[in-house]
Amino acid sequence: MTTADELLALYEQMVLIRRTEKAAHDLFMSGLVKGTTHLAAGHEAIAVGASAALDPDDYVFATYRGHHHAMARGATPEECLAELMSRATGLCRAKGGSMHLTKAATHMLGSYAIVGAHLPMAVGAAWSARLRGTGQLAVAFFGDGATNIGAFHEALNLAAVWKLPVLFVCENNLYMEYTPIADVTAVARPAADRAPAYGIPGEVVDGNDVVAVREAVAALARRARAGEGPALLEAETYRHFGHSRADPATYRPAEEVERWLKHDPLDLARGRLLELGMPEERVTAADERARHVVEQAVEAAKNAPPPDPREALTDVWADGGAAWRT
Amino acid sequence: MADLITYREAVAEGIAREMRRDPSVVCLGEDIGEAGGVFKTTVGLLKEFGAERVWDTPISEQAIVGAAMGAAMTGMRPVAEIMFSDFLACCWDYLANEIPKVRYMTGGQVNVPLVVRTANGGGLGFGAQHSQATENWALTVPGLKIAAPATPADVIGMMAAAIRSDDPVVFFEHKGLLAGKGAPPPPEHVVELGRAAVVREGADVTLVALASMVPVALKAASLLSQEGIDVEVVDLRSLIPLDTATVLASLAKTSRLVTVEENPYQGGWGATLVSVVADEGFGLLDAPVRRVAGECVPLPFADALEEQVIPTVEKLVAALRSLAAY
Repeated sequence: MTTADELLALYEQMVLIRRTEKAAHDLFMSGLVKGTTHLAAGHEAIAVGASAALDPDDYVFATYRGHHHAMARGATPEECLAELMSRATGLCRAKGGSMHLTKAATHMLGSYAIVGAHLPMAVGAAWSARLRGTGQLAVAFFGDGATNIGAFHEALNLAAVWKLPVLFVCENNLYMEYTPIADVTAVARPAADRAPAYGIPGEVVDGNDVVAVREAVAALARRARAGEGPALLEAETYRHFGHSRADPATYRPAEEVERWLKHDPLDLARGRLLELGMPEERVTAADERARHVVEQAVEAAKNAPPPDPREALTDVWADGGAAWRT
Repeated sequence: MADLITYREAVAEGIAREMRRDPSVVCLGEDIGEAGGVFKTTVGLLKEFGAERVWDTPISEQAIVGAAMGAAMTGMRPVAEIMFSDFLACCWDYLANEIPKVRYMTGGQVNVPLVVRTANGGGLGFGAQHSQATENWALTVPGLKIAAPATPADVIGMMAAAIRSDDPVVFFEHKGLLAGKGAPPPPEHVVELGRAAVVREGADVTLVALASMVPVALKAASLLSQEGIDVEVVDLRSLIPLDTATVLASLAKTSRLVTVEENPYQGGWGATLVSVVADEGFGLLDAPVRRVAGECVPLPFADALEEQVIPTVEKLVAALRSLAAY
């Protein structure tokens, strides 16, 4: 059960993520963010709902579209925006950028930009948790496109064979980059339909419904923690923007875009809050708090110093250095 | 005087010594458990340490190395076996993009203390896809340490250093050396990575070798001593860190340099070593540098063809003789 107060907290987290990404987009347009960004706007309920079902010390692995996961697992808007703006105070000290947001201190073990590569890592983290007897869970979030790469299949099989406490959560936004996933996938549900091949549960959930995601992940997490093995969850969702900064997403039918925008995770949560009797002023206050936090984060990030150029030659090795020869 | 042990036995002994002293060391790979490894390099580990520390895997190189990475990031020290070094290509993403980059791109938030062991090199007539010397592949990637021992004692000492290292190490076990014997080293024998060994002292030519080429180099040096040519043989032992200091010190004495490499001439490790010498040791040289390396072809099957490709004692003697006369 998710109470109205709990839902309000989830809603506020989603608003915070949405506003942080909006700020990232605006900063990009004004030239303060370079490279590229892969905005997760529209996917917030998956990160926030799943995170609410996890323990604080569970491991999370995400993709290059991972702003929402970093923030759902403890990264602040300021740390994220500073990273995107190449500041010394960035989450990865300006060495990672938008695609590699990581907060190891809260067990958010990285955002990876080689499609599917992190699924075996999550399997390894779950294996490690089992070996150490900690009861921790590992979760890999990935896009629909990752279901057609070998690492996905190798990871599912190994996790099933070793019966590990790992969840595979697919954010199916209907497009692998610019191409409809249905055009390049042999089955209708790119993730869930593959689960039977590995003898694990494959469930489908409305990925824009934060409560539904939370409940689905909680059920699969209980199962995995009880030693019953991995599971796959396919969360249906939609990108508000294109694949990346360079993509206006003109390949998506207008009717489809309109239908999904009406099914926005923030609007859904807001509507449900009001239905549950949450006073509107408390919802608006949450909106205001998020707006304020992000405004302050933008200012702090803008005012933060650039990285020391000497940082380029640090952090390769565990001793902090980069020496490759004597 | 203890009995001699083989290089093959030294691999299992080196791993076992570390598993005894550190419960976080675990092994995974294809056929490493009951079967003891296709090269019998893990014999006895399952029996001594049990199935919770020695894990057979499916033929899933990405899952093996990816899971090792996830486990290494979460408190374990996994030792992963990739059966033949040619198969590193099947999981190259992990060795090129994931393992060596994650520490750097997260601003030093995580360490990846793992070892990827692999049977490397030719001489056994296994044909093009099971024989290549691939140590130079790893050398192209900043962020990997590279060990390639030539003797049973070094296998044990360098395995200890590799497993204790907080950095990722690719550990090349040479197939052609597996049957070779040597004295077992004492307990707590650790050979620091990045320390070359002068295995034969000489005054006329410095000959730098690695792994299978060390016995070839020693044989060539022995033959040439009968002609009054005094060859100093340096066993590099590690490629990263690269012990250029030992090589430059030797050149200060001999003024002549030959490298002998099993990997192809194109992109071989000798090219990197020689470029350092050209840059920092030019004034020490009295003659051009010679690289005796594998031919730039895939490894052929027939012995008569394979020996045309991999450096032989005869080829090496000819190169050393001409250089000594320069």
